[in-house]
Amino acid sequence: MKINKVLVKKIAQLAQIPVSEKEEEKLAKGFEKTIEIVDELFKVDVFEVQPIHQVTSLENIFREDKIDEKRMFSQNEALNQAKNKHNGYFVVDQILEED
Amino acid sequence: MKNKLTLKKAIELIDKKEVSLKEIYDDILKVYKEKNKELNIYLSFDENSFEKAKNEKNKPLRGLPIAIKDNFLTIGFPTTASSNVLRGYMSHYESTVTKKIKEAGGILIGKTNMDAWAHGSSTETSDFGPTKNPRNPKYLPGGSSGGSAASIASNMAIASLGTETAGSIRQPASWCGVVGLKPTYGRVSRYGVIAMGSSLDCPGPITKTVEDSAIILNFIAGKDEYDGTTSNVPVLDYTKNLKKGIKNFKIGICYIDHPDISSTIVAKKTLEAGKVLENLGAKVELISTSKTLEKNKILSHEYAIGVYTVVQRGEVSSNLARYDGIRYGNNRSCFGSEAKNRIILGTYTLSKGYADKYYIYAQKVRHLYVKNFKDLFSKYDVLISPASPSFALPSGASQGNPMFGELQDMLVEPSALAGICGISVPMYKDEETNLYLGLNIMSDYFQEEKILQTAWAYEQKTNWNEWKNI
Repeated sequence: MKINKVLVKKIAQLAQIPVSEKEEEKLAKGFEKTIEIVDELFKVDVFEVQPIHQVTSLENIFREDKIDEKRMFSQNEALNQAKNKHNGYFVVDQILEED
Repeated sequence: MKNKLTLKKAIELIDKKEVSLKEIYDDILKVYKEKNKELNIYLSFDENSFEKAKNEKNKPLRGLPIAIKDNFLTIGFPTTASSNVLRGYMSHYESTVTKKIKEAGGILIGKTNMDAWAHGSSTETSDFGPTKNPRNPKYLPGGSSGGSAASIASNMAIASLGTETAGSIRQPASWCGVVGLKPTYGRVSRYGVIAMGSSLDCPGPITKTVEDSAIILNFIAGKDEYDGTTSNVPVLDYTKNLKKGIKNFKIGICYIDHPDISSTIVAKKTLEAGKVLENLGAKVELISTSKTLEKNKILSHEYAIGVYTVVQRGEVSSNLARYDGIRYGNNRSCFGSEAKNRIILGTYTLSKGYADKYYIYAQKVRHLYVKNFKDLFSKYDVLISPASPSFALPSGASQGNPMFGELQDMLVEPSALAGICGISVPMYKDEETNLYLGLNIMSDYFQEEKILQTAWAYEQKTNWNEWKNI
């Protein structure tokens, strides 16, 4: 399959990965090589085989829906690794435009 | 040099008062100061850890120094997963595994280098520079737990912890000439381990000897209320029957008839290992490799590369989505090229229209591997294979190859995808290069005891382990 820079750019946008034009080319090349190897998979006959998502046969592991106070962070702890904060809040990028 | 002691021997000699903890710490610090700059094994190291160790003497691990891969969250050390995204990040909580090590009286002496986010098999993709193989610094240590394996090979720790998604414990153990145990998926908690491929990730010990791996596994295995995928299957004392022998074990040799492997030295050495096991009383047979699922044959590892690539990249793209630089860490422009490669491929294979084509198809083929092992373990106690298709490769070998890791790990990928347990033990040393090959010993779900028994018996009968008589 031919992977082009346009596709890489679109996926990078979906994944929120900033990439330069030079990187796009490199990523497209790596992508193409990887897909080539992955496509070997389709040589395997999987007729009537179910996909498996859990290998050790566990089913429906539940826990009580209550707060575990042992694992709570204080506001200070929650904030002190953030690079950008304001008055005890995290600062995030603006997502709505002003009128 | 007391830093060369195995975990078992160190405990023994401390109890007999023949060696002091201080001597061990002094010797480790000495080799750290001499060699860490060149080998780049530790990203962070606590030079004053003896002060903490003093108070732990009465606990099972006696205050001995344990090296920890830098993807375990640890209080008191930065946790970076060797990525600039997490440069300087200090966690507020401790991973279950390191918590258990601390409770048992182990001291976290430092955090070891790895491929960034554990993506790779070379430790060259670390944003903090590559680690060199202590056996021969012109060569790679393997990865992604390359720093932990190198900490053992260079005697810079008494024991260490790594993590494996597909090969990341066993392959560096093989390349560094040490022992690496990948437990069954769910035997050891993933809580507080930076997630990579969540349906595959598995923490485990990397140690000098098989017995040391059994000792460490005893402390870290078990159900964890913070990791829903951990199992209720009872944890054994893995040291109890370790030396019981393997008389009448049924053992199958895998993959060495495959055209890529059959004429190589790894095939030859694996056959020789089979002979050793036979002389120990096991019934050893060659299993033929098949391109389709067939009874009593092993399904070729070559499809596992595709399955693993799709499943792992998909899970990576999802797991790394949380690193937005808002609550901690740096923003997404700090991802290195390998992480970008994987995020982009994973996002693509999980996107609308492609998830069925790739992800679901891959999970079907994964099911074939599960069925295949189920069938084989109804007949065999353990299966053996080479841990890696080659000796350690020279520095720089991983660059420019997006599939480098998959190719180095191809012989352990089927077992990782199935989630069964495996251990790599040294099975040959090339005298000219001083580089090692590893024997991969696998068994069914939660049969860690069997692989440890087999590995221990093999280790005693051969001369490849330099520590067994120390």
